[in-house]
Amino acid sequence: MSDASERLLSTPPDLVRRRRWGRAFELVCLGTTVVGVVFLAIMLVDILIDGAGWLTGTFFTESPSRIPSRAGIKPALAGTLWLMGLVALIAFPLGVAAAVYLEEYAARNWIQSVIQTNIANLAGVPSIVYGILGLAVFVRWMFALTGGRSVLSGALTISLLVLPVIIIAGQEAIRAVPGSIREASYGLGATRWQTVRHHVLPNALPGIMTGTILALSRAIGETAPLIMMGALTFIAFVPEGPRDAFTVLPIQIFNWASRPQDEFRNLAAAAIIVLLVLLLSMNAVAIWMRNKYRKEW
Amino acid sequence: MTIDPTSRPVNVDPDGPSRDPDGGRGVATAAGQARVVAGAPHEPGPRLTGAGRALKERAIGALLSLAGAVSILTTVGIVVVLVWESVGFFRHVPVRDFLTGTVWTPLFQPQHFGVLPLLVGSVLIAVIASLIAVPLGLGAAIYLSEYSPRRVRAVLKPILEILAGIPTVVYGYFALTFVTPVLRHVIPGLGIFNALSAGIVVGIMILPLIASLSEDAMAAVPRELRQGAYALGSTRFEVATRVVTPAALSGIVASFILAVSRAIGETMAVVLAAGMTPQLTFDPRESVQTMTAYIVQVSLGDTPFGSIEYQSIFAVGLLLFMVTLVMNIFGRGFLNRYREVYA
Repeated sequence: MSDASERLLSTPPDLVRRRRWGRAFELVCLGTTVVGVVFLAIMLVDILIDGAGWLTGTFFTESPSRIPSRAGIKPALAGTLWLMGLVALIAFPLGVAAAVYLEEYAARNWIQSVIQTNIANLAGVPSIVYGILGLAVFVRWMFALTGGRSVLSGALTISLLVLPVIIIAGQEAIRAVPGSIREASYGLGATRWQTVRHHVLPNALPGIMTGTILALSRAIGETAPLIMMGALTFIAFVPEGPRDAFTVLPIQIFNWASRPQDEFRNLAAAAIIVLLVLLLSMNAVAIWMRNKYRKEW
Repeated sequence: MTIDPTSRPVNVDPDGPSRDPDGGRGVATAAGQARVVAGAPHEPGPRLTGAGRALKERAIGALLSLAGAVSILTTVGIVVVLVWESVGFFRHVPVRDFLTGTVWTPLFQPQHFGVLPLLVGSVLIAVIASLIAVPLGLGAAIYLSEYSPRRVRAVLKPILEILAGIPTVVYGYFALTFVTPVLRHVIPGLGIFNALSAGIVVGIMILPLIASLSEDAMAAVPRELRQGAYALGSTRFEVATRVVTPAALSGIVASFILAVSRAIGETMAVVLAAGMTPQLTFDPRESVQTMTAYIVQVSLGDTPFGSIEYQSIFAVGLLLFMVTLVMNIFGRGFLNRYREVYA
């Protein structure tokens, strides 16, 4: 074997060093990835330890109380469910309609691009700014309609907050429906709306639903905008209509967590467990839906 | 789409089956007849004439465009509300004093409306959060995009997504009841409320954003670039740090900017962990108040509508909105840049 080919076949001396560096770097990167995972694990375990013992029957059937052992989350849980239902009723149709408009109807001109840029910007607006908007528009200007600091005002505000999420998810789902399906529909004489109604939307629905569920799970975790709407006041009853005053789980958590006594903080942890179980099961449904109905075109 | 189904000419092909929207009443081909008789129950909805159907199509289009307009109205609403109420505030407090004043005491006498302590509070939290999230997020992005086996990735990525989906009030609780006590063991004299603890949890909160946006940018780097580098004898490490990262740089920078903007807008974790003390300091051990925390503080109290304290939340909100908007616009500009190059 000649010298030249031997040199080619043997490992160059600096490559060992370079590979060692590479290995070290890989471990560092793995380490940084794991930090987030470890943080999440510690956080969940800490919350479980603090709160699990407080998850009794009365915790779900009682109202907040000055005596920790008698305090419960009934009004907050009911408020959260009310809010989720109203947000779904308001934001889902609006979001899907806007997504259909942008993908299927709007001409590709400056108006469409303004709306698109605007939606992307709205997705980045801090949630507390939506709270300011809600306070001024829904609580004060539209007092006659919403009843002021009501669950309806809160739902309208949160709907505006999650609307960009639903629109963007809806657009992606609609875009994933192949053009050949639309063309086949048009070819059979369907109008634009018939094509959308009978072909595009049914095929895009799983994607739209997944996005909507994720948006709703964001909605029930929001705190700051609802504090702005005055949902922090002591509420010992379940809202019976959309114009009733309300409180929600995250606000109850905030209220308890900001008290210095350990008992109240443990109550906050217990309420967090309830909120997280709600959130994680919604996420699980969304992921299940995404996998089950995923289509390969 | 070049087809406009609302203005289709009727009977383009007179020998073919009728494509008349009113369903075969016009041209009586054998197929058309048969369809009308046998297929009538399958026709959806009431029959409309061509004009009626066009009208219905237009009405639906208009309705849908209204839904699209809601997003524009939201932006207009935010700007109008913020500016309108701020104008009232700036009648009492000159803009200059507001932006350059170093004392913020709106809730007690003598009132001072210098917003710098709040602005610096927000910036301090964002800086601490970035010190945590930028290295961790970038490392995670490189690992997920360049190193991780598919199975490991399939586990790690959803976990990071869960981190992003946890409500911020939960982070606040954790900062207050776990992170701060731990830090107080390490740093003597640390207060119950401090910027450090809040900054750390906000950093963990924005980490998934940096990781996923940066990873997207790295995934968009064409394979040819990597293969070319390998062909020249590069190791994986050299490909990751000298080819992929520079090529994805605009996307990575975008992820940093958008994450910092998120940190500045973050509210509940900061309210719970950093406290309510508006003071001009860069010391992470101190309690600070951010712009968002001030807005929450005022809405927790019984501030009457129309008072100057009430109006001050709109002025602070306007500043917050403008700061985050500018950052988002820059961030998305960087995002579009890499998408144009590689997509």
